[in-house]
Parts: sequence; C-alpha cells; structure tokens
Amino acid sequence: MTRMDVKPGEIIDGFLVEEQVHVGGMAIIFRARHPDIEDKVLFKVPKIVDSDDATAIVGFEMEMMILPRLSGIHVPKVYSVGDYARRPYIAMEFIDGETLYPKLAESPLPPDEVVNIATRVATALVDLHRQKVIHHDIKPSNIVMRKTGEAALIDFGLSRHLEMPDLLEAEFALPMGTAPYISPEQVRQNRSDPRSDIFSLGVVLYHLATGERPFGLPQSRQALKTRMWRDPVPPRKIRPDIAPWLQEIILRCLEPNPAKRYQTAARLAFSLQHPESVKLTERAHRLKRDSLLVALRRWLKARALPPVEPQPYASTTSDAIIVVCVDLSEGFEYLAEALRIETQRVLSTQGDVRLACINVMKLSAVFMQDAFDSSGRNIHVQRLVELKDWARPLGIDPDKVSFHVLEAMDIAESLLEFARNSHADQILICARGRSNLRRYLGSVSAEVVARAHCTVTVVRAVAPSGTAAA
Amino acid sequence: MRETGQDVGIGVGLFMRICFFSDIHANREAFDACFAHAVRQNIDRFVFLGDLVGYGADPVYIVDRVAELREDGALVVLGNHDVAAASGSSEGMNEYASAAIAWTHAALDKPSREFLGGLDLKIEEEDRLYVHSEAAAPTQWRYVGDSDSAERSLRATRQRLTFCGHIHIPQLFHMTATKPAKFFAPHAGAPIPLVGQRQWLAVLGSVGQPRDKNPSAAYGVLDTTKNEFTFLRVPYDVEEAARKIHEAGLPQILAARLFIGR
Repeated sequence: MTRMDVKPGEIIDGFLVEEQVHVGGMAIIFRARHPDIEDKVLFKVPKIVDSDDATAIVGFEMEMMILPRLSGIHVPKVYSVGDYARRPYIAMEFIDGETLYPKLAESPLPPDEVVNIATRVATALVDLHRQKVIHHDIKPSNIVMRKTGEAALIDFGLSRHLEMPDLLEAEFALPMGTAPYISPEQVRQNRSDPRSDIFSLGVVLYHLATGERPFGLPQSRQALKTRMWRDPVPPRKIRPDIAPWLQEIILRCLEPNPAKRYQTAARLAFSLQHPESVKLTERAHRLKRDSLLVALRRWLKARALPPVEPQPYASTTSDAIIVVCVDLSEGFEYLAEALRIETQRVLSTQGDVRLACINVMKLSAVFMQDAFDSSGRNIHVQRLVELKDWARPLGIDPDKVSFHVLEAMDIAESLLEFARNSHADQILICARGRSNLRRYLGSVSAEVVARAHCTVTVVRAVAPSGTAAA
Repeated sequence: MRETGQDVGIGVGLFMRICFFSDIHANREAFDACFAHAVRQNIDRFVFLGDLVGYGADPVYIVDRVAELREDGALVVLGNHDVAAASGSSEGMNEYASAAIAWTHAALDKPSREFLGGLDLKIEEEDRLYVHSEAAAPTQWRYVGDSDSAERSLRATRQRLTFCGHIHIPQLFHMTATKPAKFFAPHAGAPIPLVGQRQWLAVLGSVGQPRDKNPSAAYGVLDTTKNEFTFLRVPYDVEEAARKIHEAGLPQILAARLFIGR
C-alpha cells in the first residue's frame, strides 16, 4: 500500500523530515536533512488528493522519471527518489536563491535587467533542451536565480522527456500548463515541441519588461486560444524606453507559429547577448496591435487548422551556431582563404546556420593603456572592416552572420569564452604551421581544441612558397 | 506444460540486472554479439523469452548455450517455434517457417527436443511475468502489437511488469487501473524508469530476426535497483548468419530479410 502522508519529525530512507515550506497544486515540500548530505535538502511528496484527480499523481510520477535524469547547474540536484509503489518522494537540492515571482510585483523592470534575466533563463533552457527535456511550465515561480547568478528551473511535473513515455499525454484530454504562460501548441495538446518553452519565456519577458501580461489571465479553455490569433500590445507602446531590438526579441518569442519563433534557446540567448546581430523586422517597430480584420483572418485560419498530430522529435541542434575564428594577420592570407573554403563547405552541408565571425586583437599587459586610446579604436574598426571583407565571398544572408572583434590578452581564452557564451555548436579555427616561436608561445588552436565545449574543426593549409611562416 | 510460480528463482532480490533475450531463432552470430554486449553490462541473470530456434542455421548451438545458461540460473520460457521444433509439427505456420521447422526438428537430437518441449509457458518472479506471446492466453500465441492487445495481456496478470516477445518489434506499454494502455516507441539505449502505480509491458525485439526495419539484434536490460528498463541494439555479422542459412538449404527469404530487418 502506498503511503503519501508525511509528517515533520519522520525519518524516511535516512531523511529526517523537518518543517513544511510550500504547498503547491500537486505537491507538498518539506525541508529535510540527511546525515550524509551536507547541504540543505528539499523533500517533495505528492499532495493527497481525491482519487479522481490524477493530475497530481501523474505529474509527480513524471517528475520522478525526469528529474533524476537531469544534471547541471540549471536544475536541482536529486539525492534520492522513493519507490512509488511504497513511498513516493523526491529528495533534492535546496537552491539558495529567489524565484522570479517577486520581480513581477516590481515590474516593469529596467530593460537592462530584463535582458540580463532573459539571457540567464535562455541559457538554462539551452541546457535543458540539450538533455532532451521540455519544461512545459516556464513561469516566474519556477525559475530560481542562484546566488552564483545562474538560473535554475524547478518543478518538472508537466515536463516531457523526449525519450521517455509521456504519462501525462496518455492520461488527460485537457491542455496542461499555466494559463498566462501556456504556448499555443500546448493549448492544442502537442507536448513534443521545445519551442513551447521559448514562447513561455517570451510571456515572462513581456511581463517583466512592461508590467503587463501579454495575454491577460484567461479563465477558460476558449480564452486560452486567443493567443493563437490575437497579437499582444507591442511592449514599446507600453514602455517607450524598450529598445526596438528587445521588442523584436520578445515578440518573436511570442509568435503563435513555432516556426516563426527562435528555433532554439541558444539562438535566443545569442540575440540577447548580441543586440547588434538582431535583425529588426516589422515586429521591432510595431506600435499598435494588428487591426481586427487581420486578427479575424488569423482567427479563421487558426480555426481551420487540423487537429495536431504528434510530431516526431526534430533535433534542436539543426539550427547550428558556428563560431569562425578568423586570423587576419599579414602573411597568413592563404590560411584565411582555406578557412573560408571550409566555412563555405559547412554552410552548404548544414541547414539553417548562424555564423559568428570573430577576430581577437591581442592586448599586451605592458601597453594596456595604449589599446584604449583613439588610435586603438581605429584599429578596432579597421579589423571589423577586414573581417566583413573576409566573409563577403561567402555570400551569406546578412541576417545570419555577425562580426565580433574582441580584445584580450589571452586569445584562446577569449575565443573559448565567446563560444561558450554563444552556445556554439561548432568552432572553425586555423592552425598556423610549426615554428620555433610557436613551440615557445604555445598554439591557440591546440588550446581551443583541448578546452572547447563543442566540436572544433582545425583548418590547415600549406603556405605558398615565398611566404614567411612565422 | 508446467506453469512455474513465484518459487522459481531462489535468492530473488539478489538479481539486480536482468537481461532479456527473445526470439533468437537459431541465429548464432546475433546471439553471440548480444551475449558479449550483455556481459559488459554486469548482468546478474538471463531470461530467455522463447523462440530459441526456427529460421536460423544454428539451432544446436543455441539450444546447447541456453541449456548451459539455465544450469547457471537463467530462466527460459517456451515459444511457438520451440514447441513446433520439438514435435516437428508446424501446423498454422507459413511455408517458410514450416520448412525451417522441419529442418530444425531433423537437426536437433532427442535431448535438445526434450529440452525445448519441456520449457515453461510462463514464469513469474517477484513483481514480474515472463511469457513469450502475452498473458491472457499464452498457448494461443497472439501478438502484442497495439494498445488493445497490450491491455488484454496486462488485464490478465496481477504482476506489475510483463516481459514478452513474439512479434519481433520493440514496444513499451503502460497502463493504470482506470485508463487504457498506452504505447511508447522506445529509443535504443535510453533507460526508461518504470515508475508509478501502473503496469508496464515491455515487448522485446528479436535477437535473431529483427523486423522493425533495423537489422541490428535487439535485447533489453532491467535494472531492478533503479527500476529502469533499457532497450538495446547490437550490430552483428549478418553476412555470416545469412551465408549459413543459404548453406543449410533453408528458404532464401529467411536470409534476405536479415539484411533489412523485416
């Protein structure tokens, strides 16, 4: 027989249950301690409910399936999971930090802060989607900001692991999610699209940036469907200090059609970190909602949509971010050309690629001051011009490429940091030939290969005769 | 035919990683590849879900190996091809299967036939049921291939977990007391926690005659400590298995289909 009731003071599988800290819709959370665990522990048990209301039970089962499978800083660490048939519980890390919930009361927040929060949450989603899990309930109270700065996602009771049976889909004929945040796909009961989380994050960002909910607080299933055809009031109409590029990002997240949103959280995070790379469309400049006639047309179209078929899971890495490290030094033009040929090859074999071309200007510790004077800025601009010129023969759509000139003392480190923050899928880099000098100074490409988080392609080429291979 | 109760498997509870082989069908190359793969998975017990023979060219080898493993504590249940090979009667089978049964019956000696004929129709162990076809009417050799057939089997047993084979297509079903059974197409190598107050039915793919358009040999591993089941695939030397089928004079189609897994 299953026991679900838990009382403070009880010891379950070595966990001493302490005070109750939260009662949610589906579960009750206690503090707990365990002699072998130094950190504070949260002890989560399903809420005792009427046998008719199986959502809580099944949601808890899903969380028991998924949470132990996840790892990383963006989710709570799981210490132990109780046997469901005897004693269901999840003992997990107590995350020291606040949820985003109190921020709603403070909203509208300054745009900088919204971008900062958005970047951290998008980064958490990158890590979650990489692990083949869709959260399906992204909202302020399910996002905890760690004291160390990272966003952590909690409450996986509505989540879906793409390689596990979806117990919730099997059980219920109603849309599952939280009304203000639920994506149009979820309303139509498609539970296999990672882009649903991008929509929900868009709702959070809209709210934080404007102080208002983009789709209000719908109270009925019919009202939930409004978001499929009625566009929200443009954020800049409410808060004129929001930059057009930020409005572009938020409204793109909120597109009813997932194909029109950011296709991956990595792309979203990239845009948030590189506003200059955001292509401004009509969305960026919109200051009023679409006319009712346009909305009506969309409504008719939405009504005519056939029932959703379960979509086969398409890899979320199809839209790759590729960082190309371009060496523009004199005497190495043949290498830059070889790199361009390799880049062209990658572009022709992969789907929808975003290219980030970077060049690092080495700063010297001794002459640090000089780098920031007016002539230093000129050099920076000159490099940017050269970088764009290098990419010109690729003929890539300007919206799919960005150029970055970095200044750093440690070239490899700055390349690696850029690739990490951009959630790059691949790095393309050149290796110069062997020389005594390089033996002493060490090779940038070797260090990038050794320490990169993603695939690295090293391009080599033979120097034409008469070239000094330094 | 005997039915074995919960008293089988002495020392139950010690077995933590259980390996399931179904529908080997006398394919030595596929079996050896899966066995070598399984040994690296720290297996504590082997369970054979029937159809050791039929179709393939190595019935003697397979029966000897499985009999040996049974001496060491493996559990073996009976399949329809095992019954037929033991008796030599292939009533109700198609012409290729019948030809293979006639060939297999002749190839096996008396002790091997007796071994096959004497296998248990089903075995229950702790909260698990092992059966070749399904639980509702195991002697009728019906397939589990959709939610309805899975539900029929699940309703017929009180055990929480059922493991079967027979259809040569890996599938997973789960069911609660009040709702119909639900299908899941497993991903090879991805462990699935068999959580909750629900029943689970794992249909193993075939070791020696895969028919889900993937020619790799299929088997599965249950971890009773973690309460997880993993469907696995192992590539093997299809050319050699096919060559032997030709050499034995068995129907050509039995070799050809190995290459495409159909």
